[in-house]
Amino acid sequence: MNPRQILVALWTLVFKEIRRFTRIWPQTLLPPSITMTMYFIIFGNLIGSRIGEMDGISYMAYIVPGLIMMSVITNSYSNVASSFFSNKFQRSVEEFMVSPMPDWVILSGFVLGGMARGLGVGLIVTVVASFFTDMTIHHPLVTLSVVLMTSALFAIGGFINALLANKFDDISIVPIFVLTPLTYLGGVFYSIDMLPQFWQHVSMANPILYMVNVFRYGILGVSDIPVSGALVAVAAFIVGFFLLALWMLKRGKGIRS
Amino acid sequence: MAEPALSIRGLTKVYDNGFTALKGIDLDVPQGDFFALLGPNGAGKSTTLGVVCSLVQKTAGKVSIYGTDIDKDFAKAKYNLGVVPQEFNFSQFEKVEDIIHAQAGYYGMPLREAKPRCNQLLKDLGLWDKRNGPARMLSGGMKRRLMIARALIHRPRLLILDEPTAGVDIELRRSMWEYMKRINQEEGTTIILTTHYLEEAESLCRNIAIINHGEIVKNTTVRQLLTELDTETFILDLAAPVEKPPRIDGFEVEQTEGAQLTLAVKKGQRLNDAFEQFSAHGINVVSMRNRANRLEEMFVSMVDDDNAKARETSKAEVPS
Ligand SMILES: Nc1ncnc2c1ncn2[C@@H]1O[C@H](COP(=O)(O)OP(=O)(O)OP(=O)(O)O)[C@@H](O)[C@H]1O
Ligand SMILES: [Mg+2]
Repeated sequence: MNPRQILVALWTLVFKEIRRFTRIWPQTLLPPSITMTMYFIIFGNLIGSRIGEMDGISYMAYIVPGLIMMSVITNSYSNVASSFFSNKFQRSVEEFMVSPMPDWVILSGFVLGGMARGLGVGLIVTVVASFFTDMTIHHPLVTLSVVLMTSALFAIGGFINALLANKFDDISIVPIFVLTPLTYLGGVFYSIDMLPQFWQHVSMANPILYMVNVFRYGILGVSDIPVSGALVAVAAFIVGFFLLALWMLKRGKGIRS
Repeated sequence: MAEPALSIRGLTKVYDNGFTALKGIDLDVPQGDFFALLGPNGAGKSTTLGVVCSLVQKTAGKVSIYGTDIDKDFAKAKYNLGVVPQEFNFSQFEKVEDIIHAQAGYYGMPLREAKPRCNQLLKDLGLWDKRNGPARMLSGGMKRRLMIARALIHRPRLLILDEPTAGVDIELRRSMWEYMKRINQEEGTTIILTTHYLEEAESLCRNIAIINHGEIVKNTTVRQLLTELDTETFILDLAAPVEKPPRIDGFEVEQTEGAQLTLAVKKGQRLNDAFEQFSAHGINVVSMRNRANRLEEMFVSMVDDDNAKARETSKAEVPS
């Protein structure tokens, strides 16, 4: 395929993915908006007013970046996991496989589609949050790059999950048992400074902690951890997982007999 | 001579569970041909086609499409290839039109180019009225035609159809045949199809390969195959009904209706011998015609032969 054809193919996939999650918006866009509004009202407004400040910031303002990140992570991941798995299930993956599209285009198309949903929901949550707290962004470049990278990383993760999955249950295991706990423990609701020394060290092994903190740094200008190191680590993960997904796709893992 | 549209050499497929589905297949399909791949359930037809269109990973062998080796440049080979699989493989929730447009996109064809082509295909295949509905609302026969339209959107030179008319009523089947004949003749598209409706191969195809247990057992022209038939069955209409089928020495006679018999004639037998006996029984035959499904009979007898052989060998292997 020449570069122009590749662009057409890539755009076709991305567009199709966007069309899919907007078509089923009551399942994809609405629930996170409602859940996050609840979080803001209950934790931010009601309970937060009693908690007072965290790292010198109002509790509401402190949890907003974490909750946005949480939405971006779960939505990027689930979009690719459920869309690609449902393509597997309905055999429509064969549409890509018989076409001349290179594997990296297929993978990138789904990842960009997942990012579109993750970032879309992230944006919705940001808008909702702006009704509750001032949303000035201190370091726009850092904020943007970390949110893009996080979204990409988890979209790739969703793709790998879908390749390995054999039934619909298999695509909800990781979000429920891995992503949600890691996000909750990733300093969304508290600063790890509050934890005993030992648990602080354990928390440092949680990759989501770094992304949440860098994102919070970007918005609020405060962070528990070194920012640039975290960005480099996330970039390395993206490259690693992308290559892994590509290799699995090439091998026809889960899609070719 | 031009390279074949499809060339297969020594194709072997061992599935992950250890089952050998293809045992070194050789096959050539010339450009512009209308080719039938015939075989009983589980013979290896879909596996063969699956390898050709990259849905199945081959274990060994070579496949070229219009001279392009799929191991060297699969992308290039795929541009020449359109596939209609045996099982539905599109998203049930998407609009008919969107499915076809998207497929064009996967080949790098921009929407403005795909649209008119898609519209034409939808009209030709009788799906125009359904273009804006989700695919799941189509009937089985319509879904199959949707897959044909999708397979043709990028103007492939080789169209592969795995049981295209399964679940399609007779009238529609004929119109699909007409359509396939048309694109074969007018656009020069090479067509390969597998089918269980053997009448289909007989009325459409020039060349035929018969596959059984992962091996090509016969590869010839349809015409040649028919002349090789050692038994032909005739349907005889009688002047008056008979109680039971008469005994005609040397021939098999069966009664299909009161006043209708079938007569099986082996190669070398003389029809006169049969008719003399009918006369002796006082039976008057008023008309006679060939049974339509000659190829099917041939096919069944061939597969039976094969099975018989297999039984022989397996018996031989059992120590007594
Ligand atoms: N994924 C698989 N794993 C293991 N065995 C398989 C797989 N797919 C097919 N087979 C086996 O390979 C053989 C050939 O199957 P194939 O689908 O090619 O047959 P076919 O000729 O298309 O039959 P049909 O006319 O029923 O469609 C069968 O015995 C089948 O059970
Ligand atoms: Mg089959």
